[in-house]
Amino acid sequence: MSMNRVEISSLTKYYGTNLVLDEVSLAVKEHEVVCLIGASGSGKSTLLRCVNKLVPFDHGDISIDGVSIFSEQFNNNELHKRVGIVFQAYNLFPHINVLNNITLAPRKVHGVGREESEERAMKLLELFGMQGYERSYPEQLSGGQQQRVAIVRALATQPDVLMLDEVTAALDPELIGGVLKVIKDLKTQGMTMLIVTHEMGFARDVADRVCFLEGGRILEEAPPDKLFSAPENPRTHQFLQRIIEAGRL
Amino acid sequence: MSSDARVPAPPARRTPSLKERLVPALISVVSVTVFFGTIAWLVTSAEQWPRIRFQFFNPDAIMAAFPNVLRGFGINMMVWAIALVAIGVWALILAVFRSLNGPILAPLKVFSIVYIDLLRGIPSLLLVLLFGFGVPALQIPGLPRSSLFWGSVAMVLGYSAYAAEVYRSGMEAVHDGQRAAAKALGLSQWQTLYYAIIPQAVRNVLPALLNLAVALQKDVALLSVIGVRDAVREAQIYTARTFNYSSLIAAAILFLIATIPMARITDYVARKDQERRLQRTV
Ligand SMILES: Nc1ncnc2c1ncn2[C@@H]1O[C@H](COP(=O)(O)OP(=O)(O)OP(=O)(O)O)[C@@H](O)[C@H]1O
Ligand SMILES: [Mg+2]
Repeated sequence: MSMNRVEISSLTKYYGTNLVLDEVSLAVKEHEVVCLIGASGSGKSTLLRCVNKLVPFDHGDISIDGVSIFSEQFNNNELHKRVGIVFQAYNLFPHINVLNNITLAPRKVHGVGREESEERAMKLLELFGMQGYERSYPEQLSGGQQQRVAIVRALATQPDVLMLDEVTAALDPELIGGVLKVIKDLKTQGMTMLIVTHEMGFARDVADRVCFLEGGRILEEAPPDKLFSAPENPRTHQFLQRIIEAGRL
Repeated sequence: MSSDARVPAPPARRTPSLKERLVPALISVVSVTVFFGTIAWLVTSAEQWPRIRFQFFNPDAIMAAFPNVLRGFGINMMVWAIALVAIGVWALILAVFRSLNGPILAPLKVFSIVYIDLLRGIPSLLLVLLFGFGVPALQIPGLPRSSLFWGSVAMVLGYSAYAAEVYRSGMEAVHDGQRAAAKALGLSQWQTLYYAIIPQAVRNVLPALLNLAVALQKDVALLSVIGVRDAVREAQIYTARTFNYSSLIAAAILFLIATIPMARITDYVARKDQERRLQRTV
């Protein structure tokens, strides 16, 4: 049996008195792709942010390869090297060019030399169809291009797990395909991924497992074929129904 | 290209004829000439005009006072330039202190808050008097005793409080997502400030900082009250000797020559900044 890459156990998180994550447990195996779906406010983003300590949480534990993220081995840098995240709004640094956006963390946080980190960055850019843009500034790129750069930036530290938070939600429809293709390629290469998405077709395509969140709890967890065609929980059914009515599945 | 397609085509523009272009220009030239000509005529035809001209706009007096006033103005501009650099650095340090989080760093934060409150609340003139007269009077060994030095220090300390608030607004205007991204990449608090927040903040507030620079360009004349022989002081010395105020006009002209181009540069930078912001939101 392969070890769990990411293991979230009984994660509880409050914002003030507002219970946002309620005893969430979830395991992601190596090379596995897990998609989180659920209505706005159900706690999907918060769950991802807990995993790489962007926000503190109240109870429970998270471990990577069997080691708690609070253990000494995960001084912050190690955790952020092993777990990458990409945000809906790309959040590239606007004042530095694409190459520097990608090499900033490897060089300044992980002590990789300029030459080595740039070489690796160029390879990744080429892999994702972004060669020739290394000297461009983010605002000179389309949203889809920026998001691909953001994915490359997250991959530059060679993480074991990549978390993607609605990475296509801010994109024009004609740009979404390019980004989704990049993610499918990553799956083919065996990247372990935890993906929050509203693109149900994509989730069906790429996920090994889909989790439906509501009110800070995972109400249903199943392979995509099962969850999308024969959901067990009536709430899941309702949610998917609404999505179908909105023409998004 | 795709976004261009959605914008309705502008109405076809035909080039205006020579006459159509010339007539409005001519009208404005005439109206400006008439307007200011009338004012000039009214002023110069007033009964007191010859006396005013003699007292304030006397070419001989201006020429006579000019060399000293110019030398004094050199001091003004030197103080200005050095103070600008010092303010730019010190204010940034204050702003960074103020933005710090965490219990260990709390003293720095509190220091910065208190400093800014105090020094923004005291008139610049009072600071200049306190430092320019007060510190040299203490005669502390090892410290400089020049009032020029301490007066400049007062200007730097006072203006830094304003500039720190400007920087701070710039840092707060940097989107939260930038901090999240920096943290997710593993940058420390200092690295986040240095590589991500400060460069963007400075770019955000450059126009506001330049406005402060223009204000400082005039305020350096405050040093004249503590005996620094700057342009204003030299002009006053001439006035005291001759009972003619034209030397003050000479100083005023020098300040205008310096401040008007600075104001234009500030406008230009502000306009560029505006364009950059618009571009980004489209
Ligand atoms: N910084 C914050 N402070 C207080 N409450 C917050 C904060 N961030 C999120 N919340 C609350 O936590 C809950 C979960 O938010 P979260 O962003 O995780 O939802 P989500 O499932 O990602 O929603 P969406 O699909 O809209 O992105 C919401 O009720 C939200 O209002
Ligand atoms: Mg979210």
